[in-house]
Amino acid sequence: MTHLIEFTNFQIKRNERIVLDVPHLSIARAETLAVIGPNGAGKSTFLLALGRLLKPSRGDIVYDGKSLKHWDELEYRRKISFVFQAPLLMDMTVEQNVALGLKFRGAPRDEMHERAGKWMKQLGVAALAKRRAGELSGGEAQRVSLARAFVLDPELLLLDEPFSALDPPTRVKLMEDLSALLKEDHRTAVFVTHNLNEAARMSHRVAVFVDGMLRQVGPASQIKAQPADESVAAFLHELPREPMI
Amino acid sequence: MTEIFNITLLSIQVSAVATVISLLIGLPFGTWLALGKFRGRSFMLSIINTGMALPPVVVGLVVAMMLWRSGPLGGLRLIYTPIAIIIAQTVIAAPVVTGLTAAALEALDPRLQQQLLGLGASRRQMVWYLWREARLPLLAALMAGFGSVISEVGASMMVGGNIRGQTRVLTTAIVLETSKGEFGQALALSTLLLVLTYLINLALTWIQQRGARRS
Repeated sequence: MTHLIEFTNFQIKRNERIVLDVPHLSIARAETLAVIGPNGAGKSTFLLALGRLLKPSRGDIVYDGKSLKHWDELEYRRKISFVFQAPLLMDMTVEQNVALGLKFRGAPRDEMHERAGKWMKQLGVAALAKRRAGELSGGEAQRVSLARAFVLDPELLLLDEPFSALDPPTRVKLMEDLSALLKEDHRTAVFVTHNLNEAARMSHRVAVFVDGMLRQVGPASQIKAQPADESVAAFLHELPREPMI
Repeated sequence: MTEIFNITLLSIQVSAVATVISLLIGLPFGTWLALGKFRGRSFMLSIINTGMALPPVVVGLVVAMMLWRSGPLGGLRLIYTPIAIIIAQTVIAAPVVTGLTAAALEALDPRLQQQLLGLGASRRQMVWYLWREARLPLLAALMAGFGSVISEVGASMMVGGNIRGQTRVLTTAIVLETSKGEFGQALALSTLLLVLTYLINLALTWIQQRGARRS
């Protein structure tokens, strides 16, 4: 696997305090990387930085062999797609929401309709196409949010705890669907989670953040067996014992 | 009858133009205040919020001093013209539209900006879709801006001069009729102003509620 993304000496400071510190991290093409850590560990900041929605105080991210500083901002952002913890749907129909990113890219109407239709079907929301976003349940809205991200056929998919607000059965079903989609598509994805089992099931490797710093990267089994330091061990110890899904 | 029609028409024209100019100023400026991250933002918001309560007579005084023959803009010969009233009314309505636009956009989920950018929106597309999302409170801002100028009298009187056939609008005509003791005429004009304001707000409310039902 070749590297798609490489962080080098990357830091973000807020009020002189380091909120994200990634000395080095490579993410391979078609890899799924789970990002895990306690609250306030910098997981979401990491994702926003990767999406170029936050600027670094120091260091660089190289994407596809080129520094983010040299990528045109819009061109880069159009290679990625974001799914947040809350679905953040717009006040429009499901189909319009799913096609929104395509509209931003100036896709023809027929293409928008066809691609939105395909992904609404794939994520089980095709029957809701004409419903307005405000009428959806939490699970339905999150499926629409995933369809809205996948329809763009992004090189890089960024997911910030996309299932945390859902009830367990919906979460399990959506996770299975997403896991299958990622495997089928060989798409590069980075997703933030609180759940190590979820991370183990869905990702190739897990990155552990504590207090804004990247502490360890590796397969979930290795992290469980050999935590890199006390902070990682303490975090793993405090994780709730959730059943394997 | 023709005179009343002309006064009514001028009232609508002057206030509509002032509201549209206020919208052209207030919408981008309010958006910049709501979405921008810069030093002095809170101070500027407090100035705008103060501006929302500007007394029309004070605005009238300042605009009259600027447009007075010996004033800095006296050469333009705008004092006692409908344009002078439009300028004064714009000064009154622009802070209202700006402040309410900023408040409407600040009330949206701040992550919505990141979500739109994360879906590949350009900055312009992001702002357009944030306006779309806040369209109901933005329409309320427009209604408040129009309401603040169609009903004001102080500034229109001071910079327009209430000249018959030229700068007389409904509010200044009501003041004149009252000062002459012509209460019947003043009441008729007041009723006309109220009906006019009601009809315009009814139309805007209908658009707003249609939007609310769809959401």
